[in-house]
Amino acid sequence: MSTATTTTELVETKKSGGLTGAAANYIDERTSISTAVKELGRKIFPDHWSFLLGEVALYSFVIILLSGSFLTFFFSASMTPVEYDGSYMPLKGVEMSAAMASSLDISFDIRGGLLMRQVHHWAALLFVAAIGLHMLRIYFTGAFRKPRELNWVIGFVLFILAMAEGFTGYSLPDDLLSGNGLRIIDGMVKGMPLVGTWISFLLFGGEFPGEAIVGRLYSLHILLLPAIIVALIAMHLLFVVVHKHTQYPGAGRTNQNVVGYPVLPVYAAKAGGFFFIVFGIVMLMASLFTINPIWNYGPYDPSPVSAGTQPDWYIGFADGALRLIPPGLEFVWLDRTWSFNILIPLVTLGLFILVVLIYPFIEAWVTGDKREHHILDRPRNAPTRTAIGAAGVTFYAVLWATASSDIIATHFKVTMEGVIHTMQFLAIVGPFIAFFVTKRICLALQKKDREIVLHGYESGRIVRLPGGEYIEVHQPVDEYERWKLVSYNDYKPLMIRPNSQGKITVGQKARAGMSRWFFEDRIEPVSSTELERSHSDHH
Amino acid sequence: MDDNSGKDLTAADSSSVGHEGAPAGTAVVVRDAVANPGFPPHRPRVTDLNPSAERRAERTVYTLFYLSIVGSVFAIVAYMVFPIIPEEPDSVRLNNLFIGLGLTLALLAIGIGAVHWGKALMFDHEGVDERHPVRGSDETRERAVEIFHEANVESGIGRRTLIRNSLIGALIAFPLPAVVLFRGLGPQDTNPAALLEHTMWKKGTRLAIDPTGTPIKASDVTLGSAFHVIPEGLQDLGHGKLEEKAKAAVLLMRLKPEDINEPADKKDWSYDGIVAYSKICTHVGCPVALYEQQTHTLLCPCHQSQFDVTNQCEVIFGPAKRPLPQLPITVDSEGYLIAQSDFTEPVGPSFWERN
Repeated sequence: MSTATTTTELVETKKSGGLTGAAANYIDERTSISTAVKELGRKIFPDHWSFLLGEVALYSFVIILLSGSFLTFFFSASMTPVEYDGSYMPLKGVEMSAAMASSLDISFDIRGGLLMRQVHHWAALLFVAAIGLHMLRIYFTGAFRKPRELNWVIGFVLFILAMAEGFTGYSLPDDLLSGNGLRIIDGMVKGMPLVGTWISFLLFGGEFPGEAIVGRLYSLHILLLPAIIVALIAMHLLFVVVHKHTQYPGAGRTNQNVVGYPVLPVYAAKAGGFFFIVFGIVMLMASLFTINPIWNYGPYDPSPVSAGTQPDWYIGFADGALRLIPPGLEFVWLDRTWSFNILIPLVTLGLFILVVLIYPFIEAWVTGDKREHHILDRPRNAPTRTAIGAAGVTFYAVLWATASSDIIATHFKVTMEGVIHTMQFLAIVGPFIAFFVTKRICLALQKKDREIVLHGYESGRIVRLPGGEYIEVHQPVDEYERWKLVSYNDYKPLMIRPNSQGKITVGQKARAGMSRWFFEDRIEPVSSTELERSHSDHH
Repeated sequence: MDDNSGKDLTAADSSSVGHEGAPAGTAVVVRDAVANPGFPPHRPRVTDLNPSAERRAERTVYTLFYLSIVGSVFAIVAYMVFPIIPEEPDSVRLNNLFIGLGLTLALLAIGIGAVHWGKALMFDHEGVDERHPVRGSDETRERAVEIFHEANVESGIGRRTLIRNSLIGALIAFPLPAVVLFRGLGPQDTNPAALLEHTMWKKGTRLAIDPTGTPIKASDVTLGSAFHVIPEGLQDLGHGKLEEKAKAAVLLMRLKPEDINEPADKKDWSYDGIVAYSKICTHVGCPVALYEQQTHTLLCPCHQSQFDVTNQCEVIFGPAKRPLPQLPITVDSEGYLIAQSDFTEPVGPSFWERN
C-alpha cells in the first residue's frame, strides 16, 4: 500500500492527465505497465529492408491465426461419407467425406468463405517463404554468431513446424490432390525399417486411408502445432529484445551500440503499418488469384490421379528427393524388405536439416571466436560461409525443381528421363560448382572493395595531362562510405599447437583442417597504414 | 580443449577486442585498423525543409486513412450487394472479388498511411542505444550460484541421494503409460502386416468398371484399350470401401498376344491378350494411372516410375523397384472377365515385413 504522500502525488498527476491519465494510472497500479514502457518504449531498432523478412513471417502467422479461426467455425474434420448437396453443381450427389463437403460449403455457400480460405492458404505459403528468406538473410550476414546461436535453432525449428503446419492443413479438405499427398506419406512411412508398418497403421487408425486421419491432423493443425509455434515465436522475439537487434556495418555503428529508430513512435508506425501492408497484399492475392481449387480435384479416391500433380511449394524438395532416386534400390535381406529408395532421401534430407541446424556451432568451433557479434557481415566478407550457403541453396533448389520434373519435361518438350538424369547430375555436382563460383566472386568483390578504398571510384572522367598523357580520374570515397568497406572480421587459418600436455589431438587436427578450408583464401581489410601510403602515392 | 590455440594466437590482443576480453579465436586483430569515423552528418528530408511538402505529406496520410474507411464500408456493402446465389458460380467469384478488394483497400491504406507518416513526418533523427554483454554480471552470476547452493542445502537434494534418485526414476516412469495409450490409435488385435497381404479379389470376382461397378465382358475390351477396374461388389461395401479400393484397384489392357512376354508359370494369367495389373505403385502407392498405348508403358504421375506392360510390368525407369503385381484373370461362362484368385503377393508400397 502506498503512503499518504505518494497517494496525493498520484492524485495530482491524475488530475493533469484527464481521462487518459486516469485510465493509465488504473492500469499501471494493477500491472506496472509503466516499467515496460520505460524499458521498451524508446528501444532502438536498426533499419534495413532485409530486417522486414522476419516481420513478414510474423505477420503472416497472425493472418493465418485470424483467417484460420474463421475457417474452424465452418469446417467439419470428419471423414464420414456424405452425399454432397451444396451449391457447386458438378459435384452434386457425389459421395465424399464431411471434411471435403464442408470445405466446399466454405467455398461456395458462405459469403466471404472462399476469400478467407484463400487468405489462409496464401498466407501459409507466404509464411514458409518468409521464414526461408529470413533464414537466408540471417545465414548470409552471419547473424547467427554468438550470442544468437540458440535463436537460430529456435528459428529453424519454427521453419520445420511451419512446414508441418502447412502439410497438416493442406491435407484437411480430403480432396484428391491432398489425399495423394497422404498416400505418398503413407508409402514413405511404410518404407521405414522395423517400425514403418506399425506407424502407418497407428497414424491412419488401421489401413490407409481409414476414417481417422483428417480428425487427427486437425488436432495437430489447430491445437498442438500452433501452441508450440506461438511459444517458440514468443521465445524468439524475447531473445531479439535481450540481444538487441544486429545492425549492418556503417559509420558510427560499433559492436557496442545499436543505431536506429525508437519503438515509439517511428518503429511502431512503420512496423505496425507494415503489418497492414502485408495483410493487404495477402488479401489482394486472395481476391484475385485462386489457390487450391479443391472443387476441380474432387474428393479423394485411391484410384484416380491427374498428371502434373504437385504439393505446395515448401514440400517440393522432399518430393523431388524421392524422384531423384535411381531404379533398383530396394532389397530383401534377412527376410525383410529394405527400401533404400525411401531411406536414402529420408536420411539425406535429415542430414541436410541437421547440418543447417548446427551450422552456427560448427563455425564457432572453427573460428574459436568467443566474442559477441552484433555487426553483420557483408556476405562477401565471409567467402567460405557464403559459398557453403550457395552450395546448400543450390542443393535445395535442385531437389525443389525436381518436384516439377514432369512439368519441366512437358513445357520444354524434353524427355522425362533426361530431366531426371540432369537433375541427378546437378544434385551432386551443382553444389560444388556453386561453392567454387561463389567463393571466387566473394574474393573478387573483396579485392574490388580494397581497390575502391585505396584508389577511389573510376569516375569515367578522362584528363589529358600537360605532357600529353591521358589518365582516368579516380574519385576517392568519403570516410563514411569507406568505413563500410574496411570494417570487417578477418580470420587466419588455425596453426596447430600442442596442448598443455604437449600433444596434438585429433580434434585439433580436424579443426585446423576445417580452419584452413575456411580461411586459406582471404583478403585482408585495408589498414590505416596502407591507406596513408596510397594517399601519399596519389597526391 | 580447443580454446588453447585460440588464446595462443591472439593472447596479446584479446583485451582490446569484443566484450569482456573474450577470446577472439583465429580472428586477426589489426593494430593499425582504420578508425571508425563516427556518424555522418544528418541529412534533412524534403518535409523538414519545405513546409508545403510537409503539408502535402500530412494530406496524403489522412487521405489514406479516410480511404481505408471507404474500403471497409465498401467491403460491408459488397457482402450485401454481391450475395452467393445457389448454383451460380459467377456469384461466388463476384462475392470473393469485391469483399476482398474492399478489405484490401482498407488494409493497404492504413499500412501505407502509417508507414508514410513514420517516414515523412515523424522526427527522423536516429537514436543510439548502448549494448551490454548478454551474460549476467559477475555479481549476478555469483548470486545465482549462491541461490542454487542454498536451495541444495535447504532441500538436501544433493545429500539425500535416495530421495533424489527415486524422484528421477519416478519422473522418467510416469510418462511411459502415455506411450502405451497411443497403441489405441489403431484397432486392437490386428496385425497390420497381415492386412496388407490380401485384397478383395477372390476366385471368380468379376472385373468391373471404376467407378460405376459395371462388369466387363472380354469382348468389350478392344485392342489397345485400357480400363480402370475395381472388383464387382466394391460399390456396395458400406464400410471400408476406400481401404479396399486402395488395394484392389486394377488396370486392364488389351495387347496383341504376341507382344506379351509371359513366363511359363504365368502363361494362363492373361486372357487373349487381356492383362490385369495392380494400379497401386510399388514405390509409395500413387495410382499408376497413365497408360502409353504405343509403347505399352505405364507411368506413375507422382514420381515417374515407368512399367513395361509387355514384360510383366517390370520397372524400366524411376524410383520403384518391384514390378506391378499381376492379377490372374479368365472369363466366366457368360463371357465376363473374372479373377482366378487374389493377387499372389502384397500390392502397393513396400513394407518392412514384406518378403
